[in-house]
Amino acid sequence: MENLINIGVRSIFIDNMIFAYFLGMCSFLAISKKVKTAFGLGIAVIFVIGITVPINWIIQNKVLVPGSLAWLGDDFANIDLGFLQFIVFISVIAAITQLTEMAVEKLSPALYGTLGIFLPLIAVNCSVLGAALFMVGRPYNLAEATVFGLGSGVGWMLAIVALAGVREKMKYSNVPAPLRGLGITFILVGLMSLGFLSFLGFSL
Amino acid sequence: MSTEAAVVEKIEEKKSEPLFSKKNKKLISNPLDMDNPITVQILGVCSALAVTTQLKPAFVMSLGLMIVTASSNVVISALRDTIPSRIRIIVQLAIVSLWVILVDQLLKAYVYDVSKQLSVFVGLIITNCIVMGRLEAYAMGNKPWPSFLDGIGNGLGYGLILMTLAFFRELLGGGSLFGFKVFEAMGIHYTGNGLMLLPAGACILLGVIIWVQRTLNGHRESH
Repeated sequence: MENLINIGVRSIFIDNMIFAYFLGMCSFLAISKKVKTAFGLGIAVIFVIGITVPINWIIQNKVLVPGSLAWLGDDFANIDLGFLQFIVFISVIAAITQLTEMAVEKLSPALYGTLGIFLPLIAVNCSVLGAALFMVGRPYNLAEATVFGLGSGVGWMLAIVALAGVREKMKYSNVPAPLRGLGITFILVGLMSLGFLSFLGFSL
Repeated sequence: MSTEAAVVEKIEEKKSEPLFSKKNKKLISNPLDMDNPITVQILGVCSALAVTTQLKPAFVMSLGLMIVTASSNVVISALRDTIPSRIRIIVQLAIVSLWVILVDQLLKAYVYDVSKQLSVFVGLIITNCIVMGRLEAYAMGNKPWPSFLDGIGNGLGYGLILMTLAFFRELLGGGSLFGFKVFEAMGIHYTGNGLMLLPAGACILLGVIIWVQRTLNGHRESH
């Protein structure tokens, strides 16, 4: 249990998807002008990462790793499907995103109205595929992988909501004209990332 | 920097007139400055910040991205009339990941140390917004040859920013270029600036690069 909390805290604060790995920057920069939409997108990302990381963990360990097909019979014990990793992972992510979109549309049209345009975008959010690939590189079990996925999503949402809050206030500042928009946003992200550095060495 | 590239383009254009018409030439030169994928279109930022601590991985990454963008642009453009629009994202992702797998296997075979250094970021070319963005915005509506040039042009524009970032980060952060200790060779003692190697330094540096570029080319945003 302690281990799970530790992984959760690490993935939210220390190994934050945005501030430590720069994953999911494109939508992070494009959709952080208003706190409300940023929050909606954040929820959708948590949901998709939280589901796809455990599914990809199961596929990785039951299908792709060398020798993992042994449960099909002895003939399959030596097959190594590792090279299919990228295409399998991205298919799972695209399929889950599509399913999520359809489910949300059926079950809660109101939520769909708010999230509608963001849902398909999540398929190409690097943080989702990034979380799956990081999960492969670390010796997690299924529970740990799930916590890691959810934590990464929460960290991403935290970052985008914080940036949107700062950008809403930026309207009242007199920024040099060529620096307006993207330039000042990058500098802001850099300063926020410095702030997040203070979580380094923080463990439970 | 973009003028140099434009000169090279002009020489090439004279060799093969019909292929490099004025319009096609623009496809390559525009993404270098006015339509730069990173600083203007805000595409592919994640990898631009993550792989630029040194020049070598940045160079390999730019090359990989250029190959993937150009070749998937060609394939998608050739198939554009047969792909049903409802499932186009999955089709595009499948084709892109095919090329990425090829690039990844090549890197593992020939430059294993760089491949280790780039870690997940080669795989993340699949979700690199430049690739998807160009497929959606250009290849779905244009013929294969212009799409190929568009892919090359955007790959170059991405590479230009990556190399500029990596140049400053490696020089100021570690005092070296392509692993060669510049300051030591000149006999100057240099203590590396750790901030440049951190994520924060990359963001701030990219912000400054955008500032300089927009001061020069006059591009403005309201907020």
